[in-house]
Amino acid sequence: MSIVTVQLGQCGNQIGFEVFDALFRDSHCSQGLCSKRENEAYQASCKERFFREEESGVPVARAVLVDMEPKVINQTLSKAGQSGRWKYGQHACFCQRQGSGNNWAYGYSVHGPKHEESIMNLIQKEVEKCDSLSGFFIIMSMAGGTGSGLGAFITQKLQDQYSSSLKMNQIIWPYGTGEVIVQNYNSILTLSHLYRSSDALLIHENDAVHKICAKQMNIKQISFRDLNQVLAHQLGSVFQPTYSEDGSFPYRRDPLGDLMEHLVPHPEFKMLGVRNIPQMSENSLAYSTFTWAGLLKHLRQMLISGAKMEEGINWQVRPPLSGLPPLGKMSVHKDLHLNTSVANLVILRGKDVQSADVEGFKDPALYTSWLEPVHAFSMWKTQRAFDKYEKSAALVSNSQLLVKPLDMIVGKAWNMFASKAYIHQYTRFGMEEEDFLDSFTLLEQVVASYGSLGP
Amino acid sequence: MTQSVVVQVGQCGNQIGCCFWDLALREHAAVNQKGIYDDAISSFFRNVDTRVVGDGGSISKGRISSLKARAVLIDMEEGVVNEILQGPLRDVFDSKQLITDISGSGNNWAVGHKVFGSLYREQILEKLRKSAEHCDCLQCFFVIHSMGGGTGSGLGTFLLKVLEDEFPEVYRFVTAVYPSSEDDVITSPYNSMLAMKELNEHADCVLPIDNQSLFDIISKIDLVVNSGKLGTTVKPKSLVTSNMGAVTKRHKKPFDAMNNIVANLLLSLTSSARFEGSLNMDLNEISMNLVPFPQLHYLVSSLTPLYTLADVNIPPRRLDQMFSDAFSKDHQLMQADPRHSLYLACALIVRGDVQISDLRRNIERLKPALQFVSWNQEGWKTSLCSVPPVGHSHSLLALANNTCVKPTFMELRERFMRLYKKKAHLHHYLQVDGMEESAFAEAVSSLSALIQEYNELDATKSMPVPDVPRLSVAM
Repeated sequence: MSIVTVQLGQCGNQIGFEVFDALFRDSHCSQGLCSKRENEAYQASCKERFFREEESGVPVARAVLVDMEPKVINQTLSKAGQSGRWKYGQHACFCQRQGSGNNWAYGYSVHGPKHEESIMNLIQKEVEKCDSLSGFFIIMSMAGGTGSGLGAFITQKLQDQYSSSLKMNQIIWPYGTGEVIVQNYNSILTLSHLYRSSDALLIHENDAVHKICAKQMNIKQISFRDLNQVLAHQLGSVFQPTYSEDGSFPYRRDPLGDLMEHLVPHPEFKMLGVRNIPQMSENSLAYSTFTWAGLLKHLRQMLISGAKMEEGINWQVRPPLSGLPPLGKMSVHKDLHLNTSVANLVILRGKDVQSADVEGFKDPALYTSWLEPVHAFSMWKTQRAFDKYEKSAALVSNSQLLVKPLDMIVGKAWNMFASKAYIHQYTRFGMEEEDFLDSFTLLEQVVASYGSLGP
Repeated sequence: MTQSVVVQVGQCGNQIGCCFWDLALREHAAVNQKGIYDDAISSFFRNVDTRVVGDGGSISKGRISSLKARAVLIDMEEGVVNEILQGPLRDVFDSKQLITDISGSGNNWAVGHKVFGSLYREQILEKLRKSAEHCDCLQCFFVIHSMGGGTGSGLGTFLLKVLEDEFPEVYRFVTAVYPSSEDDVITSPYNSMLAMKELNEHADCVLPIDNQSLFDIISKIDLVVNSGKLGTTVKPKSLVTSNMGAVTKRHKKPFDAMNNIVANLLLSLTSSARFEGSLNMDLNEISMNLVPFPQLHYLVSSLTPLYTLADVNIPPRRLDQMFSDAFSKDHQLMQADPRHSLYLACALIVRGDVQISDLRRNIERLKPALQFVSWNQEGWKTSLCSVPPVGHSHSLLALANNTCVKPTFMELRERFMRLYKKKAHLHHYLQVDGMEESAFAEAVSSLSALIQEYNELDATKSMPVPDVPRLSVAM
């Protein structure tokens, strides 16, 4: 089954390119550490999901590129074309002349309705070229105007038009110390709308990815390209093929469906985060060896302590021994707060994967009380190595991890809203203060829900 | 890609405008080696086949035939515009885009605004419409004029209202040169005050500049250049101060270097809209992010570095110096000290080989020393454009919406009141048809209201950040 990707705005398009590039490079990588037949099945599965064939023989990404100004799309198209390995469809993009001005209201209320037909037509054409549609993967940022506002609008239209297909939105959270001054407004408006119309929100924070680049990858002068490549690596480790459980067809057919089924059991809890280890520069990789036991131990602790990367994990956080009530003092201390999960998915790729022991992730103390670990936890695996890492372990988690960042954004936006600063920029395009209040209310609810997960 | 039209009014406006077009040509020539007319060039220039008579000569793609500036030149005296038309830039301007008169405005805002305003309204409208028609997607009018004279100040602000009525969707960015305290035009406080009211009401964004600051910056550069201490660190031929290699080979005029700075400002402001980069910023984003309340649209600008550096790959220490300088009061293009006042919002427009980590590192480093208003503690807007200005490897334009503009406005009001109390020279204004004394009172009250807003914001400086209670939700 195929996934149609919609890349929105500068961020969406820049990242989208890196994602397709990472998927393609990995699927054609010669160091798969598996048999030729295995490799070919992997390649075919990846191709079915993300690429299609054209007469020229060069694979075409199953993607629609949308932006309200032309510079980024032009760059993206030429970068893909230049590589010679894969490319974007010739007529797969929609572009305008004047951007959205970092204005969510402009993206949602002006660009949205104006270009709805054209954009939905483009998407329809891409959908028609799939034998069977798993769903949509929408890449966008929250801080700007196009990705955020138009992204929210398009997701809503996708829900209306393709109600039986799944939608996952890949959302980029901006750096805490501004990239855009009105980013907090744009963020709360985006999140509240997506919460109603999307099936899952896969979230990446620029701050977290930046730290990975600095500490794990040891990059000195970090560029957006570096950030995007780390992100693409993480997404690739989730979306590349893995064995299906029942063993019917070597690789899973419906990646989005499976993800949703395992990770979003309840509509109130839609925020997902990804962690992937090991992640290091190619130079360091040559000198490192890994064991599954080691990797899984780290990954589990990252989950429990809410860490976003391997370096600096807080080992003090421990789940209470099962059966015993939690120690009163521990749960009060902020630093020792146990990150409670709704659901987790561990994805293992590489050598000797069948020997990996994931029992540690089935501890009921890690999960909220209304789901048994057998329902809350799942594991996918393949022995085909990913992106030259002999072993790699990814964790997709629906947990309290994103509550603090969300809470901060809501707090800052609320603070600004109280002074009414910048509101005139939104109301001039048809929005009202009520719309802001609705968004705040919804998100406070989400914060409260996630907060109440713990013991 | 969008286009912008520059409307240069009065002597000052046209002289700055001339420098701007010269620089713009140089910048595009350096970037566009193949001579193909692309989106970036089209933002400020039309491509015209001059052999075609009349209007039909526009060429939208392909090789560059003849570039025409998207400009309207207005002056009520002929001297400056004539000089431009006889100079080396004459082919860049479309002779149909000029409006001139002979007598001048006599440093009288009322003459510029009321007399010439009504006299030339139709013509102005016609030229503006023409220039708009030549654009696929017109995004912004850049209006350049001085505040202290008669034409720039009076007629310049008159046409702001015309722009607002005729092209409400198009942004109006005004580059206004304020008179310095030693200004030799006696009536400049009247002209500036009357113009301020118009800027308050009809401009989207104003970039105030003053001659004293520009002069100080030039003096500093000259000092270092002439002291011979440079070694390899300073290239005297930098685009910022020098005309070397310029199309125009005229004798260096006293204001040339200063005007070049302002021209650089406009180029940097639009760089991210014209050229690619990893974090683009269009002109509509400037207004969106830097204007939290409609009346507070005055942005203090600073450009760094003013020297070029010899190396291409600058070690972080030098790069960081560029950021530090942007916040020092010596680099501001008007007399203002943003560091010791309150920031409402700040934009950093970076050009050249600078990455997001450099930007972040510097924001983290400089933030603690700056005071931001309580509801916008992280009020930074950033952009990264890959193409640096000619002759530099990187550059930074900082735009600050900051209460440090208040002293300038207060001083303006004071100078105004000194004249007005004695009714000095008032009759020159009142004898103009359509000019009432109430106009003066209204102008003062408009400025006072603005100053009061800044006062209220300043008062919040020492207060702790208010704790606004959040919505509580039933579980």
